[in-house]
Amino acid sequence: MIDRIGEDLGFFQTAINLRQQRQEVLAANIANADTPNYKARDFDFSSALQDVMTERMRLADTKLTLTSPRHIPGAAASSDSAELLYRQPLQPSLDGNTVDMDVERVQFADNTMRYQSDLTIISQRIKTMLAALQQ
Amino acid sequence: MSSMTIFDIAGSALAAQSQRMNVTASNMANANSVVGPDGQPYKAREVVFQMAPVPGQAYSQAVGGVRVASVVESNAPAKLQYDPKNPLADENGYVAMPNVDMVAETVNMISASRSYQANVEVINTAKSLMSRTLSIGQ
Repeated sequence: MIDRIGEDLGFFQTAINLRQQRQEVLAANIANADTPNYKARDFDFSSALQDVMTERMRLADTKLTLTSPRHIPGAAASSDSAELLYRQPLQPSLDGNTVDMDVERVQFADNTMRYQSDLTIISQRIKTMLAALQQ
Repeated sequence: MSSMTIFDIAGSALAAQSQRMNVTASNMANANSVVGPDGQPYKAREVVFQMAPVPGQAYSQAVGGVRVASVVESNAPAKLQYDPKNPLADENGYVAMPNVDMVAETVNMISASRSYQANVEVINTAKSLMSRTLSIGQ
């Protein structure tokens, strides 16, 4: 029973996690709006969510085996879940920066709203479940 | 990445932008400083921004805040002002004035303050989202 409840909330947890991650990426874009040669990043939310939900094959974090103290430690970390892409600039600037403040702000506001609606839905879901439990 | 990363990212931008504003203020204040501590006219300074990736991420997937990599002196030529009575004038009667471009500095200041505001809004949004997240199920 508890397992089923966890499963029910798992989807929302994943969605909120991804929203949070996207919020960070967009905040990084806004923070670097004046950094020369910074390229704006973003990811496609729906495909990232699909990837996570279908448990796409992901390589585990790997490390080189060190058999001598003089070996250089090498490590490869696989990306969290979403694959970051580069935004197509509408008006690239001369210093190589591709952050378009209007686009970033709109996306940030949009992401905020969707995050809040996810929160509202999850709250309602919990309330529904509580009501069912108290019958 | 923890959920507090967003505050680090936007906070680093606030620090960087305020340093940029400081440098602009220094340039504007010294627009007429004919002699600096080294005996030379004041030289305009500029900040160089650099992205500072949040540690623990793959290189190609890194996001992060911004930091001031260095403050460089502008190498624009000194403005020469004809003033033969000035004791600092050269043999042709010209005084080397600081290479501060007032218009560019003003534009720089407005740009820095707008970026600062954008990041303050990011922090406010993140803060309200976080407090709403904490009240899930209440």
